[in-house]
Amino acid sequence: MGQAYSAGLTVTDSIVLRKERILPLKGKVLVTKGTKVKAEDVVAETLLPGKVVPFNLANKLGVTPTQLEKYIKIKAGDQITKKTILAENSGLFGLGIFRSEVRSPVEGEVENISAVTGQVLLREPRIPVQVRAFLDGIITEVIPDEGVIIENKSAYIQGIFGIGDETTGELKMLAETPDDEIDAGKIDESCKGKIIITGSFIPFHVIELARKHGVKAIITGGIDDQDIKKLLGYDIGVAITGHENIGLTIVCTEGFGKITMAKKTFDLLKQFDGKKASIHGHTQIRAGVIRPEIIIPLAFEENELVSKEAGLPVLEIGTLIRIIRQPHFGSIAKVTALPEELTKVESETLVRILEAEFDDGTRIRIPRANVEVIES
Amino acid sequence: MQYDEKRLTRIVATDCGSTTTKAILIEYVDGEYRQTIRGEAPTTVEAPLNDVTKGVINATQELEELARLKHNNPNIKFMENGEFIIPRNGDVGVDAYVSTSSAGGGLQMMVTGVVASMTGESAERAALGAGAIVMDLIASNDKRMNHEKIERIRHLRPDMILMAGGEDGGTIKHVVEMAELVSGADPKPRLGSSYKLPVIYAGNKEAINEIKNTLADKVDLIITENLRPKLDAENLGPARDKIHDIFMEHVMQQAPGYNKLMEWTQGPDLQRVPIMPTPAAVGNIMQTIAKDEQIEVVGVDIGGATTDVFSVFTEEYVFNRTVSANLGMSYSISNVLASSGLTNIMRWVPFDINESELRNMIKNKMIRPTTIPSLLEELVLEQAIAKEALRLAFEQHKEFASSLKGMQRQRDISEAFSQSTSGASIVNLMTLDLLVGSGGVLSHAPRRYQTVMMLIDAFLPEGITRLAVDSIFMMPHLGVLSEISPRAATEVFRKDCMVYLGSCVAPVGKCKYGKPALYAKLELPDGTVFEENIPFGEIRLIPCEVGKTAKATLKTSSGLILDENKAKELNVELHGGIVGIVLDTRGRQPFNLPSEKTERIKYLKKWMQELKAYPEDILV
Repeated sequence: MGQAYSAGLTVTDSIVLRKERILPLKGKVLVTKGTKVKAEDVVAETLLPGKVVPFNLANKLGVTPTQLEKYIKIKAGDQITKKTILAENSGLFGLGIFRSEVRSPVEGEVENISAVTGQVLLREPRIPVQVRAFLDGIITEVIPDEGVIIENKSAYIQGIFGIGDETTGELKMLAETPDDEIDAGKIDESCKGKIIITGSFIPFHVIELARKHGVKAIITGGIDDQDIKKLLGYDIGVAITGHENIGLTIVCTEGFGKITMAKKTFDLLKQFDGKKASIHGHTQIRAGVIRPEIIIPLAFEENELVSKEAGLPVLEIGTLIRIIRQPHFGSIAKVTALPEELTKVESETLVRILEAEFDDGTRIRIPRANVEVIES
Repeated sequence: MQYDEKRLTRIVATDCGSTTTKAILIEYVDGEYRQTIRGEAPTTVEAPLNDVTKGVINATQELEELARLKHNNPNIKFMENGEFIIPRNGDVGVDAYVSTSSAGGGLQMMVTGVVASMTGESAERAALGAGAIVMDLIASNDKRMNHEKIERIRHLRPDMILMAGGEDGGTIKHVVEMAELVSGADPKPRLGSSYKLPVIYAGNKEAINEIKNTLADKVDLIITENLRPKLDAENLGPARDKIHDIFMEHVMQQAPGYNKLMEWTQGPDLQRVPIMPTPAAVGNIMQTIAKDEQIEVVGVDIGGATTDVFSVFTEEYVFNRTVSANLGMSYSISNVLASSGLTNIMRWVPFDINESELRNMIKNKMIRPTTIPSLLEELVLEQAIAKEALRLAFEQHKEFASSLKGMQRQRDISEAFSQSTSGASIVNLMTLDLLVGSGGVLSHAPRRYQTVMMLIDAFLPEGITRLAVDSIFMMPHLGVLSEISPRAATEVFRKDCMVYLGSCVAPVGKCKYGKPALYAKLELPDGTVFEENIPFGEIRLIPCEVGKTAKATLKTSSGLILDENKAKELNVELHGGIVGIVLDTRGRQPFNLPSEKTERIKYLKKWMQELKAYPEDILV
């Protein structure tokens, strides 16, 4: 077999990106096709339905659900305030003695009245929601009432894991080398509002310091599992992240523990030191994989916006790979052979392996499942 | 539609899992169906490919390559231009292609009922039996405020909702109230916003008109028969069938590439064969085993994201299935650590490891779920985690599979009400005949001895229990294959799928380590005799081939018992297997490991050596 499929993360100095920016519910699109937008611009907005408050009106009034019809003062669709009388009875013998009335507990709108249960559903006022562009680019498509598609040319890095929401800022390289572990002394006022790049690891006290100094995001090779727990106050069970509110965004490029940042990733970030980037920590490893992204917009002409068809990263002789499990976790090697037959590795597991060579000439045999292709 | 061996001579079956797409080739050779080749490839339902069929093509290509090697025939070909060639013509093509799927998170449902432990649980059982993950059960009496229920329904975004409630002629008000909450939440389907969320109503038939008035405008309302028409009877079939129909019509249509895949799955006359949710297919096969052999069975399928436990117990073959949605060996591995705690995992590890290293290793497996342990130490750790995942999933199953809820069971009204307070589990390890494991960590363990060790340590079988494993995780494929050829499915099942590992004898009770526990005399088929007074806290492994039995005389000491009749002496035939017969005198109810670490490691090593679980050098 000459080649095989292998998963990998994209790290590239130039890619045509196409991002959907869609409202959670239908609403209003604020830009038109061809508009150039900045990451911070609002491109669409809508009003989310307010909270629904169920309210058993029949019980409150002391009547049966079928009797409610006689006393009710509202109908579905009515606007209400806290002063609105929802229902009232006419009191003893219809004379107004011991008359009781029920006022709305909330402001909003009457959604539904049920003669079966005597329950009314009241809906609180709508909540405005805005969608921002998130990346500098051009609107190439408007999806009416739903959102837009923005395209641009970017340098682009996918992280392996992250926490924290979308943000933008200027890249600031703090590490000297990909295996650097930055110390607290490097975090100062100059980091405020920046996306800082560390090397192989960032310890908890340095993250705390970055947060204090108003750092917007951290890009690191590795991070300790227990430090994440300290930051969030809980352990991550299933990796669905990105909505944490911890004051900054963290994107891990390699994994957990102290792991040297891939040289290609490090060099790319260094090349764009001082440039603006969009970043988020959204990670979803199960069902509909989402990985964190670092997007560094480049100058482009519209006719350059032709995206390549997504292809499979392919393993073949000569392919550069990164090892993603022990032993040699994080190391880079070049594929030298792809034997077809199943091979027994140290754990005695029978797997398809590949043979690869490190820079220093040493050779290894490793399960194909434990490598990622580094796309050139 | 069913076909015979003249129409079906070569079949490709795939299971599109959340991580891996597994393909098997089944061929009709020398008068029988056999599974001949398997291949696999990463599932491609997600970006950048967003097309499940790419993974199917990759897995099938591997099948083709291996088939050419095996048959030494370069002309063998199953696909052309990225599509299956059906029917087969000589070396080219296959007669049928069938598939199951749990990719994209499987089928995710929310269910509602009036009383959580009655109609609510019946609805849950219907959904689970149909192969779904139940995201939440919302009931009139579940102690949440109505506004909280509405918020919950709105945020869940399930693939569909199943609503039950009220026996026929019973409460209308509560059922309609639940419909009002669903209507108020105006829920949206998980995949795609271009269609209305399917809601199946299977409650009190007298409430149908009110339900229509409340929900018909907001959701895609499907009415079916009441799944709990009387307090003492369940009727889950119609609701399950509707769930399967909607899974095909709505949910699968939305998942990337499934439109194409649904056109591919067809028999020799090009008639479509519906794609089945993976757990539903495994359930099919599990029930077939229990009924065919008249035995009680527990089956487990431990995947990357979830662990499913199936059981068939009692004389009425009451079937139960549970899904532990966040217990698995890759995507959910970190949650196993969070749920069981580090101490519980480390109690199975016969060496010291830095805690922080272990935690980071687990998290790295979570974020790179397709990697496999290449180092022996990592394998030992993964298998320790698997024991805990299995233990936790089985605990959840025992709690759910309770005696008062079986649909075949006739009971009076007072019994029906009593289920709201308690429901004794019908899972009885003492009467369990067969424990079947499947899923990567069990089926692909480098040594079958490891599978035996994991099954025994996690499930703690009691008395005498046969152990088996699904050799290459074929149960889903065979479950769906049985829809077009029960013969092919059962033949392959018996010959190639089920690997009998052996039997476990585990006396129940407690005692002190080293005290006399079990006298065992085993007359083995080769004429040799094993005889020993085994002290408490030991394991013995006696080889006995597959298909053979050993004549055993078992006598316990120190109050330990051997079966549900509390027998202390038994003369029985013990089934062999590729591992053999395990005599486990570590005690049950309770099962305790030595609490002191050095002592525990000493015993773990001893047991692992006896079970030949790992190479000697890691156990010295």
